[in-house]
This record gives sequence, structure tokens and C-alpha cells, in this order.
Amino acid sequence: MRTLLKQLAVASATAVMLATSAVAADEPTKGGTLVFSLAQQPRHLNPAVQSGTATGAPGAQLFAAPLRYDEDWTPQPYLAESWEIAEDGLSVTLNLVKNAVFHDGQPITSEDVAFSVKTIQENHPFKTMFAPVTEVQTPDAHTAILKLSKPHPALMLAMSSQLMPIIPKHVYGDGQDPKAHPQNSDDVVGSGPFKLVEFKRDEHIILERFDDFFMEGRPYLDKMVMRIIKDPSARAIGLENGEIHLSTFEVVARDIKRLQKVDSLTATPDGYAAIGPLDWLAFNTASGNTADVNVRKAIAYAIDRDFILNAIHLGIADEASTGIHPGSPLYSGDVETYALDLDKANQLLDDAGYEKGDDGMRFKLSVDFGWPEMKPKAEYTKAALKKIGIDVTVRSSPDFPSWAKRISNYDFDMTWDTVFNWGDPVIGVHRTYQSSNIIPGVIWSNTQSYKNDRVDELMEMAGVETDEAKRAELYAEFQKIVTDELPLYTTNTLPYHTIYNNKVGNPPIGIWASSSPMDLVYIKE
Amino acid sequence: MNVISTILQRVLWAALLLLAVLILNFSMMHLAPGDIADTISQSMGGADATVMAQIRSDYGLDKPFIFQLGTYIGKVLHFDLGYSYFYNQPVTTIIFEKLPATLLLVLTAQILALIIGVLLGVYSARNRDGWASHFVTFFALFGYSAPVFWTGILLLIAFSLKIPLFPVAGMVDVTVEGGFIAKFIDLLRHMVLPVITLSSIFIALYSRLCRASMMEVLETDYIRTAKSKGLSNREIVYKHALKNSLSPVITLAGLQFSAVISGAVLVETVFSWPGLGTLALQSIIARDTPTILGILFFSALVVIVGNLLTDLALRFVDPRVRGH
Repeated sequence: MRTLLKQLAVASATAVMLATSAVAADEPTKGGTLVFSLAQQPRHLNPAVQSGTATGAPGAQLFAAPLRYDEDWTPQPYLAESWEIAEDGLSVTLNLVKNAVFHDGQPITSEDVAFSVKTIQENHPFKTMFAPVTEVQTPDAHTAILKLSKPHPALMLAMSSQLMPIIPKHVYGDGQDPKAHPQNSDDVVGSGPFKLVEFKRDEHIILERFDDFFMEGRPYLDKMVMRIIKDPSARAIGLENGEIHLSTFEVVARDIKRLQKVDSLTATPDGYAAIGPLDWLAFNTASGNTADVNVRKAIAYAIDRDFILNAIHLGIADEASTGIHPGSPLYSGDVETYALDLDKANQLLDDAGYEKGDDGMRFKLSVDFGWPEMKPKAEYTKAALKKIGIDVTVRSSPDFPSWAKRISNYDFDMTWDTVFNWGDPVIGVHRTYQSSNIIPGVIWSNTQSYKNDRVDELMEMAGVETDEAKRAELYAEFQKIVTDELPLYTTNTLPYHTIYNNKVGNPPIGIWASSSPMDLVYIKE
Repeated sequence: MNVISTILQRVLWAALLLLAVLILNFSMMHLAPGDIADTISQSMGGADATVMAQIRSDYGLDKPFIFQLGTYIGKVLHFDLGYSYFYNQPVTTIIFEKLPATLLLVLTAQILALIIGVLLGVYSARNRDGWASHFVTFFALFGYSAPVFWTGILLLIAFSLKIPLFPVAGMVDVTVEGGFIAKFIDLLRHMVLPVITLSSIFIALYSRLCRASMMEVLETDYIRTAKSKGLSNREIVYKHALKNSLSPVITLAGLQFSAVISGAVLVETVFSWPGLGTLALQSIIARDTPTILGILFFSALVVIVGNLLTDLALRFVDPRVRGH
């Protein structure tokens, strides 16, 4: 606990310093309209009952959270001006700012925090986030105490806008199902820096500065127009001709390469560390030849990660080798990385008794892929594994649900997939490896059917370990084992890029990309 | 009397056809693997078994097929197309919200294609061996064979990026301030590229058809009679020949109405035009069954009504059909 408190003290000091230096360096202009393109249509705008970054982008502007994070993963005060974690790790006290109000003028109180936690616990798909929270006490209007059944370090990162928006009890507590509440989309009463003017499905979301926002002088922008443009080429052209100022989660390598060369634009991969998107080749460890760890290792040695990074992703994706995103403080690089080694791969298969037939092939496997962007990787897998005598069939699925059905019912040998860390490993990493999470019909559970008692134990211990250094050690051992036993072979980070016009000041390139409050964003004049 | 019973018969057939379409669509959607729970969990970045089961029971997806089908037909009979899983709104509300945008795009493109197509067709029929006629033929083949999303992107690169005359996406620019005139001009600017893209295929189709039909008519006896009467060429073409050569074009235009709608799916996606096409694609991707079924039902309705109107229009221009 002491480490966290120390961190907090350092953080506040740096925050003050940063704030002063920022003012000195570049005085932000107030006013103006930011045009921001969204590639996906959000189902609605309430992140308390809907995960995903499509809802996260508008959601983080409409709703404030107890904490916000800087690019070094350090928590900063937001709706909570300060917070304490009990020595035993079993309670977290949030001291809320006194002057915060919702967009309808009602004060934001500890009751709303308690209500938000309860709503998220009951309706949000990430059950592990707040699972240990047994109750939220509200001794006074500005103090909320989260009581925990066990220490839960993942809680702190979960207190960000993407995962813990503070929603008004007097609106969403009216007895309607919060998942289908009409005010998730229209007449949203939020707590964040911007209020909703209009949400036109498949067209745009218009947000306007909330004048009574609790942080003095913010937000800088008067207006934010989020245009829903699904076609990546159209977005690229709009960025290039200046119609769009900002776009996040861009992933098409050719467009990004082209836009990097445009003088008026900046394209950066920064800002996605907490979201933590990883590409990997997952194996069915329960049946078929991939149940043999030597086969999995041979496959990893035969796949050239450099080819994937440079030829398929045109050099804009980063190397990744474990189930934890390399941008996370809990990532450990001390693992087997499976650099290309065809001799070793052949040797492994020979030793395991897989003889080559007359046609030079040892056995057949199939490879699936979750969405069309992954197809080149699947085709490359076929070519790469032919060299070690594995005859691979590439299986296409017509759409996401069809693929999800196959994989989650274990009807596969190998599949390319993209999975997000979602902040703390407890939320987005454990689900892939826990033996208790082998659940038919659920995609992004442990569809590899991987079982290892020590791994289960390590995750259990790391989940409640409050000492950061010890926690990192536990996760280091975890990463070592899972890259050795290889239920999945991680190749790269998904090359998400934020592309913005150079007129944009303070673009959202912290750890949560556009799922963070954009009250500091401004347009330079 | 005979006319009325024919019409009644047609309406009855149309209703039965619609019912068949409804059952077929519903069954096909049911046979497709996966459902809304998968896509919701996709958009949420994963959901556990309890959440998935909850979603399925919320939407009645855990009930037997026949029960679901019966409920659905019952609802449609009461003009209720169901409730969208994805948009959290009644399907009819969403469709009627998106309909004006699609109608604006489709009708403008269709009218433009008809006018330009017919003019080009007549011109090239009259000058069948001139270089301009060959150009029209080439242009027609090109327009017909080029995929609309490709034409759309090329137009965007040319007229939004290289020569920035038109906006890149959407139907209105919400940052445009001003009165009705300013907003109207803004709408027109947004319409230009999608309308050209969508009409390009149909210009090709109509001009080819009109050319062929015109050439045929120009060979007929009554045109020769008109010529020998000493009528001017212009009078012959526009007064006598055109009216007679239009009937295949109109038939085709009516039949093509469904093709225009399917073309709109692609064009709307390229230009982020907020119409039924975008909605259709979005709801297919999201496995939003009630919305997909609603759109399919609605398009079936439009096509059937479109065919009926074509029939009536033909009776108007071609007296030969009136007798039948």
C-alpha cells in the first residue's frame, strides 16, 4: 500500500509540474470545433453497461470517472480529488470533488458512485473488474468507500472512464433495465466535460462544452463532432483534405503509411497500452496434433515474426511475445521468443515421431481467422508450415459470429485472433488462460482449453497482490510458463494508430487512446 | 370489372408472396450460425457465459424456432417489425428514419440516369457510326462493368482530395451555419458524388437499351411513312420514335429499382450516406435479426409496389399493353 501512496504523492507533484510546464510551452487556445471520425457505430453511449471502444470514445467525454491516467500509467485525480487504499487492501476510500454536477445541474455524490458500481457489477460484461467489491459505503455525500472481499489491485485501473463512468442515480435508477435505458442514447445526463447535443445513428454524435464542468476552465473545445465513417479510405481522404481533425484505432497499414507522409498530419502508435490489443495464433490444446506441445513449438519456430511485422504489417506493428501487451508495466520480455529456426522446428517434429510421408508432408491442420484483415496471416501460415511438412488448410468464415461459433465450440486446430488486455491483466488476460474459464459457446474465454495448475495459481496470487514489484514477478513467471507451453503464439501488437491534424493540441495519446476524457484537447490557431 | 378483379388478384398474390418472403427470410436468418449475443460480445470485447445466456433470454432467442417464427408473423400482421437488438429502437422507427436519405439518393440517381441514359441512347442511335456513338458505347460498358465502390473511391480521390470540391462523407455538414439556402447547398454538395456513382451503372444500362430500341423503331414502317410525309428528323425522333422506344426502358427501370436499392448499399457505405443501405450492412454485420428482416420485408414491399407501378406506367405510354 505504501508504494501506491508514494506513487500518488509523486504523481500529484509531477502533475503540478506538468501543468505549469504545459502552460509555459504552449498556451492552449479555447473554443473551436474538433471533428473526430469514428469507424464504428456505437450501440449507445453509456459505457457502464456496454464495453468496447466505440462506446468508450463518446462515453469518456459524456461521463467522468473517479480517476484518469497519464501516459506512465500513473493515476491522476479526476472525480476523486484524493483516495486512500487501506493497509490490508480491503477497502478503497474515494474523496470526491465538492463542486461536481451532472449535466442537469444535480450534484454528483457518493450515492451516484455506489449506484454506478452496482450498475456496472450487474450489467457490464467484465465481471472480474468489480467482483471483489462487496459494498460501497457512503458515510457522507463526498466520501465513497469501496469494501472488498480480497485485495484487488486491478480495481485502480478499472476506475477509468472507459470502465467506470459515474452515472446519475436519479436518471438510471428509475427502475428501467439500464442496458435498454432510452437515456443511454438520447438526452444523456452525464458527468463529464462534454454534454450531448445530438446522436444520429450512423451519422454523427455532436457534443458541446459543459460549462459547469468541475475542472476550472475546461474543456478547451466548444464543440466536438464525432462523424461515423466506416470506410477507411473515406476517413483517410477526410484526414488528408482537412475535413477530419482526428481519427483513432486506424489499422489499415497502407493508409497509415500514406498518411505518415502528409505534412499536415501526425500518425502515431502511442496511446493504446491499456487497451492492449494483441494478435496471436491460438492452438486447440485439447485435441488433434496441436495438443502436442512439440507441434505447437515447431509451428512457432517455423513462423517468421519479422515477415509478419514487415511484409504483412509494413513495419508499423510492434513485436509482442506474451499474452500481456508490451506497453504494460507488468509485461516481461524474459521469455522464449521463437525466432525463426526451421531446423529446430523440423527436429522437434522428427523427435516427436511425426514422420514425413512420400509427399514430404507429416500431417494436416487447419487455420481459421476471425476477420478479413487476418486472412494474410492465415495464408502466410500455410506457406510457412509447408516448409516443415505440415499441410495447412485455410478456413474462411463468412462473418464474425460464424467464426466465433467454431472457435468457442473447439471445432478448430489453429486460429488467428486479436484480443485486448483491457487495462489490468485480471480483466483481459486471465480469461484466456484460466482453466476455470473453459466454457463452450463463449468466444474469448479459454478456447484453447489450456490447463496448468501453476498458471492458475500464479494468476490467483497476482490478482490479490498489492505490491507492484511482487506482482510483476508473479506475472513474469506466468509469462514464462505460458510462452513455454504455448497455448497461443503471440506475434505482434495490433498496429492501432491515432492520426491527427497538426492543428490539434494535446491529442488523446495516453494509455486509453480516445476512451479517455478529451477536456485538454484544443485546436491551435 | 375485369380490371378490378385483376388488380385484386394481383394484390392477393402480392400478399402471399410477401408472407413467403417473410418465412423464408426468417428461416434463413435462423439457419445462419451465430446470433446477436456473439456480436454483442464482440463489440464488448468478450462476455462470459452468464451474460451471453442473459442476452439470449432477453431477446427470446432461447425459445423454439416455430414459436419465434409465429411470434414474428403475428407482430408483422400488426405492423410491428420488432425491436432492434443493436439500436435499442423499434425497427419501423429506424427504417422510417433512414428512408428519406435513401429515397433522396435513389430517386435522384434513377431520374438522372433515365434522363442522361435516354439522351445518350437517342443521340448514339441517330449517329450510329459517329465517334461519339462509339464513345457512348465505351462509356456504357465501362460504367456497367466498373464496381460502384471502386467508382466511388476514384471520384472521392479526384474530387475530394486532389481537387477538393466535394465533402468526403455523410449527408450534411453539421458545422455549416446559416439558413435554409446554406443548408440546401450543403446537402447538394454532399449529394453530387454519391448520385453520380450510383447513376453511372444505370446510365450505361439505359443508354444501351434506349439505343437498341431506338434503332429498331427507326427501321419500322410508320417511321418511314413519317419520313415520306416530309416531317423533320427532330420531329420524327422525339414525337414518334422516342415514345415507342421508351417502353423497354421503363420496364427495365422498374425492374431495376431493386438493383438501385442494392447498389445503394455499396454507395451508401463508401460515402457514409445515412440511409437504408448503411443500415442494412450494419445490421447484417451485427446479426441484428429484427432489423435485417425488417429491411428485407420493406424492400420486398418496395419491389412489389415498384413492379405494379411499372405496369401502370407502361399502360400509360404504350397503348398495346392497355388492351391486355
